[in-house]
Amino acid sequence: MSKVCIVFDRLRSEEKMLQKEALDLGCDTSMLDAKITQINTDSKKDNYDFGGVVLERCVSYFRGLHFTACLEFMDVPTINTYDVASICGNKMIMTLRLKKHNIPTPKTYFSFTSKSATENLEKVGYPLVIKPIIGSWGRGVMPLKDKDTAEAIMEIRDINDGPYDRIYYLQELIKRPPRDIRVITVGDEPLAAMYRKSSGGFKTNIALGADPELCEITKEMEDIAVKASKAMGGGILGIDIMEDEKKGLVVHEVNNTVEFKGLARVAKRNIPKAIVEYALTFIRK
Amino acid sequence: MNCSECDATLKIPDDASVGEIVSCPDCGSDFEIASKDGSNLVLKQAESVGEDWGE
Repeated sequence: MSKVCIVFDRLRSEEKMLQKEALDLGCDTSMLDAKITQINTDSKKDNYDFGGVVLERCVSYFRGLHFTACLEFMDVPTINTYDVASICGNKMIMTLRLKKHNIPTPKTYFSFTSKSATENLEKVGYPLVIKPIIGSWGRGVMPLKDKDTAEAIMEIRDINDGPYDRIYYLQELIKRPPRDIRVITVGDEPLAAMYRKSSGGFKTNIALGADPELCEITKEMEDIAVKASKAMGGGILGIDIMEDEKKGLVVHEVNNTVEFKGLARVAKRNIPKAIVEYALTFIRK
Repeated sequence: MNCSECDATLKIPDDASVGEIVSCPDCGSDFEIASKDGSNLVLKQAESVGEDWGE
């Protein structure tokens, strides 16, 4: 019997949905807590209960990424792959990849010191949106509307001086309706989409209280989502799209360990089932 | 089972699984179900939200 392993570090309803759908499809499942799993350079996949394929679902990006490296070291088919996770987990690398593949994306400026970032802001003009290159749920994302705000943020970054604080990612502020679009793709196929409406502020993250609403996938959305998925290397992804008043649809983010709890409640397609069915195609015969 | 911080009674669903988070209704502390053997549960302090958490 096929077995799907779900690697987690915090068991959320998404992981339980995946487990249920796998069982309903007649698969065995194993749930593996990455926090208590030990791996070494002599480890073999037969030492663990990985089944035929692993869905990596850690909420901690770095934990999931490095766990995936270990899984691939042991030749365990893993979704998403290390390469996809590493690209999507770093906004700068992801943006460069989108642009390289001619996918419409907001104009983004990169600087490597606070001084250089400040000079760039003065040259380009306010506002620009600053985003940490690592991080999710909208943390640390804010529009820099004036010099005072920008200097305060640069100063905090310089004091913290974490390795990623030295990389400045500044993006044009897109004129758009107060919402964005999240498309979930599985194996380069758009499954479902939702509008994420701002709850009054600048951000539209569901984790921050944005209100989800089912969105019909248009041909244009489908095309851009498929291209973005292929540019990242495929797998299970959340493609975030904004509706620019002038340029039309632009992809501003592609998410790796996609959360689908809200969308699964209203989507016509069974998202966790489609994910498990996709994972089963990776089991080596 | 009671909260180790404020002693309030924790409401843990019967079908809760290892790895799930249980929040104290009074003080908001989060606990992770570390092990489960029938009705015997062991809880541990849940990890706090990390800088790299999320999608």
